[in-house]
Amino acid sequence: MKLTLKVWRQKNSKTRGRMETYPIDGIDEDMSFLEMIDVLNQNLIKEKKDPVAFDHDCREGICGMCSMFINGEPHGPEKGVTTCQLHMRSFKDGDTIVIEPWRAEAFPVIKDLVVDRSAFDTIIQAGGYISVNTGNAMEANAIPVDKSIANEAMNAAICIGCGACVAACKNSSAMLFLSAKVSHLNMLPQGEVEGKRRVLKMMKAHDEAGFGSCTNTGACSAECPKEISLSNIARLNRAYIAASLTSEESI
Amino acid sequence: MSWITNFFTSSVGKKVIMSITGIFLCTFLAAHMSGNFLLLKNDGGQAFNEYAKFMSTFPLIRVLSIVTFIGLLFHAVDGIWLVLQNRKARPVKYHSFKGGANSSWTSRNMGLLGVIILFFLIVHLKSFWFEMKFGTIQYVEYGGVKYKDLYSIVVSAFSQWWYVLLYIICLIALSLHLMHGFQSAFQTLGLNHKKYTPIIKGVGLAFSILVPLGFAIQPIYVLLKSMNVF
Ligand code: SF4
Ligand code: FES
Repeated sequence: MKLTLKVWRQKNSKTRGRMETYPIDGIDEDMSFLEMIDVLNQNLIKEKKDPVAFDHDCREGICGMCSMFINGEPHGPEKGVTTCQLHMRSFKDGDTIVIEPWRAEAFPVIKDLVVDRSAFDTIIQAGGYISVNTGNAMEANAIPVDKSIANEAMNAAICIGCGACVAACKNSSAMLFLSAKVSHLNMLPQGEVEGKRRVLKMMKAHDEAGFGSCTNTGACSAECPKEISLSNIARLNRAYIAASLTSEESI
Repeated sequence: MSWITNFFTSSVGKKVIMSITGIFLCTFLAAHMSGNFLLLKNDGGQAFNEYAKFMSTFPLIRVLSIVTFIGLLFHAVDGIWLVLQNRKARPVKYHSFKGGANSSWTSRNMGLLGVIILFFLIVHLKSFWFEMKFGTIQYVEYGGVKYKDLYSIVVSAFSQWWYVLLYIICLIALSLHLMHGFQSAFQTLGLNHKKYTPIIKGVGLAFSILVPLGFAIQPIYVLLKSMNVF
C-alpha cells in the first residue's frame, strides 16, 4: 500500500506544532496501525530526522496507552478497537490519513502525538479506590451480589483509561471515563460504603482538571474502544445529584 | 462556596438547570401551541381575543408566565455559559474532526439552534407581547365587554409571506433543538432505564415534530386565508 500521512509534529509543550506530510510506501494491509507508524519512523531515522513520538505499550488493546486521532476519530474508523488493534486493511491504497494527538485543555501535548493524561490519575486519586485493605479473596458466596449487577459493574470496570471519550467529545468532557470508574466501584458492596464521598470528590476533580460538561451527544460511547455505555453517565448523574442533596459532608 | 453553589456550578449541576428549565419550557410550548389553535376558528377572532385576555389577566396564568420568563432566562444564560466553558475545554481544535461518525448534528449544535430560537423569541415578543402591553392596540367589543384586538395584529403579521417564512425556519430550529433536548434532559437527571428510555425517546421524537408542526400550521393557515386560497 502507498499512503500519504499527515501527522501533527510538535517539539515540546512550549512550541507551536504543525501538520507535516509524509508519503509512505510498502505498507502491508495486515500491519497494525502502530506497525505502520514504526515503518514511518524507521524511514525518518534513516533520513536522520526526528521520529514521530507516540504512546504505546501492550499493543493488544488493554493498556490504553495508544492514543491517536485518526481521520477525525479517536482510534480510527473501526468500532470497539484501540489504535494498536486497528489494521491497515481498514484503509485503501492511495489514502491520505490525518493523525493528530488527543485535543483537550486537560490533556496538554508533550511531544508530537503524546499527550499528558495525568488528569485522569488526579480523578482516580480523588476517589477511585476503596480505603480499606480488602485482604485475600474471600469465599465467593460470602457477599451475595446479583449476577446482573456484577455484570454491569464489570462492563464498567473494563474501561482502560485511554481518553478516547474525551478526544471524541466536542466538549472534551471526561464523563464516560468518570462514570465508568464510579459505576464499577459504587455498584459493588465493597465500594458502595464510600459511594457518596467518591462521586462528589471525583466530580470535583473532573471539573477542576478543565474537562467540559457532558451534553449527551453520545460521541464518547460510540468511539470508546471498550464500548462503555451511556447508561453509566446517567447512573453517575443520579448518584451525584443524590449525594449532593443528602451527603452531610460538604465537598 | 456552599454546597448549593458547588452543586449548581459543577458540570452536572449546570446541566441539571438546563434540563429542569428545558422540561418546564416544553410544557409551556405544548400549552401555548394548543391555545393558539383558536386562531383557526372562523369567528373574526372573538375566541382568540377572549383567550388572550384571559391569559394576560388571570392571576395564576400571570404567575406562570413570570415563571416561564425566569425559566427561559436561566435556560438561555446557563446555555451560553455551558457553551463558552465547553469551548474552553478544547483550546486547540482538530484539523479533521468527524463528528458525524459518532453523534447527531443536532446534539452537537444545540447552542447554535438555541441562539436561532432566542432571536426568534425576541422578534416574536416584540410583534405580539410588546404590542399587546405597550403598543397602540385597537379595542373590540363582544357583548358590551372591551377586548384588546390581538387577533388583528396576529393576522396582519402572518399575512406577510416573509414573516411566515421566518417563523417556519425558526420552528425547524426548534424542532431540531427538541429532538436532542427532550431525551437529553432525562439522561442528565439520571433517568435512564432499559424499559423507559425507549419510551422517553419515542415521546420526545413525537413531541419535537408535532409541537413545531402545530405552531407552523397557524401562520400558514392565516397566510393562505389572507391570499384567499380558501
Ligand atoms: S470510557 Fe472508553 S474511551 Fe473513555 S477512557 Fe475508558 S475505555 Fe477509553
Ligand atoms: S498499546 Fe495498549 S491499548 Fe494500544
